[in-house]
Amino acid sequence: MPSGVARVLGAGFLLLRLGPSLVLLILIILSSILSPYFLTTRNLQNLGVQSASTAVLAIGQLLVVVTRGIDLSVGSVVSLSTVVGALAFVHGYSAAVVIAAMLITGAAVGFLNGIILTTTRIPHPFIVTLGSMNVVLGIALVLSGGVAIVGMPSVISAIGTQYLVGIPAAVLVTLGWGAIAAVLTNLVKWGRWIYAVGGNPEAARRAGMPVNRILVSTYVLCGLSASVAAVIISGRTNTGDPVAGSLLELDAIAAVIIGGASFFGGRGTVLGAISGAFVIGVIRNTLDLMNVSPYMHLIAIGIVVVAAVLLDVFRVRLESKVRSLQAEGSS
Amino acid sequence: MNTASTRAPATSAGSPLLEVKGATKRFGAVTALRAVNLSLQKHEVVALLGDNGAGKSTLIRCLSGVHQLDQGQILINGLPISPRTPAEAQQLGIVTVHQDLALFDNLSAAGNFFAGRELSWPRWAGPFGFLNSRAMNVEAEAALRKLQVIIHDVRHEVGLMSGGQRQGIAVARAESTCRLIMILDEPTAALGLRERRNVWTSVERLRSGGASIILICHNLDEVFAIADRAVVFRQGRNVGEAPANPQYREQIVSMIIGAEEPAATARGE
Repeated sequence: MPSGVARVLGAGFLLLRLGPSLVLLILIILSSILSPYFLTTRNLQNLGVQSASTAVLAIGQLLVVVTRGIDLSVGSVVSLSTVVGALAFVHGYSAAVVIAAMLITGAAVGFLNGIILTTTRIPHPFIVTLGSMNVVLGIALVLSGGVAIVGMPSVISAIGTQYLVGIPAAVLVTLGWGAIAAVLTNLVKWGRWIYAVGGNPEAARRAGMPVNRILVSTYVLCGLSASVAAVIISGRTNTGDPVAGSLLELDAIAAVIIGGASFFGGRGTVLGAISGAFVIGVIRNTLDLMNVSPYMHLIAIGIVVVAAVLLDVFRVRLESKVRSLQAEGSS
Repeated sequence: MNTASTRAPATSAGSPLLEVKGATKRFGAVTALRAVNLSLQKHEVVALLGDNGAGKSTLIRCLSGVHQLDQGQILINGLPISPRTPAEAQQLGIVTVHQDLALFDNLSAAGNFFAGRELSWPRWAGPFGFLNSRAMNVEAEAALRKLQVIIHDVRHEVGLMSGGQRQGIAVARAESTCRLIMILDEPTAALGLRERRNVWTSVERLRSGGASIILICHNLDEVFAIADRAVVFRQGRNVGEAPANPQYREQIVSMIIGAEEPAATARGE
């Protein structure tokens, strides 16, 4: 086997794997050069709080994308969860009940998504979750009467607004959720199974893995992630808002893709998804600091998303090249 | 029933390990299997031969739990079984290496080797137990070395490996879960000569380890090299069988292409 070529390709793979974190690092360096305010404590705290909810959503979305799925309903779930939480609070329930109600809301929507996907013959989760995205948003609007409901328990407000040794509580929640997800995906049997299902669903079935239950579980965790994001978001604004989550699903999906996950399934890491969320956050934040119009933000993020997918396509091509090289080497 | 167009099977008498009786399978208007019979002795290697559409693949899919028979029986040691899923077939002792290998390109060699039966602790945690990666790597490496599959590192993804390495991993995985019967669907189709030899030796080792093997293969030389007996299918029926020996080559070929004297096929009704 031509080992020189192999080494170059190996380095290429390493670079691709580190890709998202590397991109984030480069962006941070670039931003600190472009704006003197970027590295101030105040700005970094803002950046952290703003990116936290996207990162939490991205962690959940990642689990679904790894199994070749997608969940478009998470933005609506954020909205509904904040509304449910605010209504529970207004009706005098304790903070524990409010948080439980919010989390159950997300998990329940995820469960329904998963059940509908695995028991019907609807061809793609895109359709299922496009439906639930509308239904759930509708429910949020009906329950709230279309207006924001003010008032959240102090615990939730604290998560949205307080700091611990200078670190926003929202960031700590994100890191905690990320740590749980990282353990689940890397160290636990269930995690191995979601990658197996994403890599080859038919083979997973033949190997005796409970494929349908695995799929449902990823949608439950994705919905739960949306509820955790809802806690952060409603804590920041102290309201239950039926449009709090609008379009957030797109940021979450973009973050996952920027983070190196593949829509072909079976690939992607929690760290990558979090990095992807912060890449979006840093781009927005820096453009803000430079007084660039928010309209331009959309253009910039759109370009980054497409570039990230191009990288994935490039990786697949690189892999097939390595395979043919090895086949030559071994025969 | 079975044709008498060839000599008696080359195996010793005794109750067969596997018996298929009158297996019939329809897909809509198409009848893929018509009252097919098959028997397999302990330590026997049987090759299923026949043109495309002869029913070989349908039969092994029924044996491995992918499809279910419409009529007929599958008996193991005289007891009827009806596997509904591949996992059930596996529990009954039938393991299949399909043509597509059913590998996970995004998992490591060790991950593929242990797919669906990962070592984890604590036991009671079930799917949420922690993977015992080190033990899996060590065990997978040993199994692959035994099969003489050359892999630099069992932690590498199989998506980047060669056809022979991939085949080796699939066979090693099947071998380690196989208790009674291993079904190999065109195991050497995509392989080079040296890699073919590896598959042949692994078939030999499986047999001496106590397993029986059903082999689908289009290469007669290969069938003669590794199988004991050749069973020929055509258009969903048994049309005959012969010892897997070059001296029966012409007879086997004529059965495959349907040039055998009509008496042999007509009695398949």
